[in-house]
Amino acid sequence: MSALVLAEHDNSALSPATLNAVAAALAISQDVDLIVAGSECSAVVTAAGAVAGVRTVLHADAAHYAHALAENLAPLIVAVADGYEHVLAAATTTGKNVMPRVAALLDVAQISDIIGVEDHETFMRPIYAGNVIATVRSSDATKVITVRTTGFDAVADTGGSAAVETVEALADSGLSQFVGEELTKSDRPELTAADIIVSGGRGVGSSENFAIIEALADKLGAAVGASRAAVDAGYVPNDYQVGQTGKVVAPGLYIAIGISGAIQHLAGMKDSKVIVAINKDEEAPIFGVADYGLVGDLFKEVPAMVEALGD
Amino acid sequence: MKILVAVKRAIDYNVKARPKSDGSGVDLANVKMSMNPFDEIAVEEAIRIQEAGNASETIAVSVGPKQCQETLRTAMAMGVDRGVLVETDEDVQPLAVAKLIKAVIDKEQPELVILGKQAIDDDSNQTGQMLAALLGWPQGTFACGVALADGKLEVRREIDGGIQTINLTMPAVVTADLRLNEPRYVKLPNIMKAKKKPLDVLAPAELGIDVTPRLTLVKVAEPPAREGGVKVEDVQQLIDKLRNEAKVI
Repeated sequence: MSALVLAEHDNSALSPATLNAVAAALAISQDVDLIVAGSECSAVVTAAGAVAGVRTVLHADAAHYAHALAENLAPLIVAVADGYEHVLAAATTTGKNVMPRVAALLDVAQISDIIGVEDHETFMRPIYAGNVIATVRSSDATKVITVRTTGFDAVADTGGSAAVETVEALADSGLSQFVGEELTKSDRPELTAADIIVSGGRGVGSSENFAIIEALADKLGAAVGASRAAVDAGYVPNDYQVGQTGKVVAPGLYIAIGISGAIQHLAGMKDSKVIVAINKDEEAPIFGVADYGLVGDLFKEVPAMVEALGD
Repeated sequence: MKILVAVKRAIDYNVKARPKSDGSGVDLANVKMSMNPFDEIAVEEAIRIQEAGNASETIAVSVGPKQCQETLRTAMAMGVDRGVLVETDEDVQPLAVAKLIKAVIDKEQPELVILGKQAIDDDSNQTGQMLAALLGWPQGTFACGVALADGKLEVRREIDGGIQTINLTMPAVVTADLRLNEPRYVKLPNIMKAKKKPLDVLAPAELGIDVTPRLTLVKVAEPPAREGGVKVEDVQQLIDKLRNEAKVI
């Protein structure tokens, strides 16, 4: 009973989310392999081989694997899936894109976004925006799984000494083609990996005003997040969104500013260790989940907080 | 070009779901149901492509109980030409839904299929990708922009780091993310008109599809409750609590 995990990467570095997916795999099986498909990605293969607990790294290299296009990646995973009872990936936009395609090609169900493992065929996953936790049992021979990264502590990225096996690349499907990417560049920590997150909502009012949120984030060495309302209003890019359909985060400290606390936003952050809410509406639902609530005008309170934090 | 959109009847997005007291499932008795919000965006996109003169016909398909006819009527009131319901009272899971929609596609031969990226009830985020796999078509998931040019489909996708643009051959499957468009409000005269639009009802058996669930629901439970905490007086007190009580800064 062995497990295969899809390594996520940009051809130069292994994505931290992969370490959480490996942790979930190790909770199911002792024998965990990673598959690295990319283009000129030997640095990723080296990094994957060093991940604690990994047995073998399967490496497929071809120009058409450079951008993890589902049409090329899914058949490759299917081609090597024989002999694995579990095939896993982190529930990132890459994992969510590729894995259901793998499952359908194998004619099996996918178990999405697991947060717990009961046994080799039984898993826990949030449904209805995290208001209900379902325990589901799979009757399929192969279990295709995506892993909610906040549900499993990352394994160490050092200490492993996996063997590397080369896997033959399949032909380019010709169905899809990478055109380009506009990635948000930031010196701040990555949202899903940050210890502290400062998030702004509709109450922030404008793109310019988000500087207030960013000033506090920089003071705390935090990542910046946002509610759907703030993203829809164009204050910040889409990849800032925390919530049911955006990113799911669980930092040590989450500071929600000008965020009312819709069900969909709470779904993305309510597993944070400590939650702070700053909102002028004392009836806002966000106070119902906040450990510390401050009722007040964010334009006054947040700059005051930056100042009070000093150097 | 024909466009097919898939729509799901799901819990209304304003309603907070709760487990039944015996943990056997989610309590949906007397709960308001609506079209899954992401599917509304899919419907809107199909109509806009048609209004721009790039589609000859738009068809909405739904899989589920009889009441899904209401969801299809909503799609038709928004502007879709006709509806197809694959009626079943079974617990149809994403793989089965994808197979049923594929069977409808085999009959209807659309060149573009648009679905919501996920349903807000089971939060699976699978059906579009599975459908594309079964059809052997490319997939433009989590789309925030769709453009037709020279027989190809350019899709802008919301990814974790920002936006990715890909080109797909046609026919193709697209799944809609939140910012693809803003769905229109349905006007009363259009609701009346929608009642006269054709709506076919099919059974899974007619389509030759086995919908037996692959996942068994063992139980459902509420997540660990989070207690509301305290209100602080001012910023000084907040910082003091974060430093000395919670010890997080």
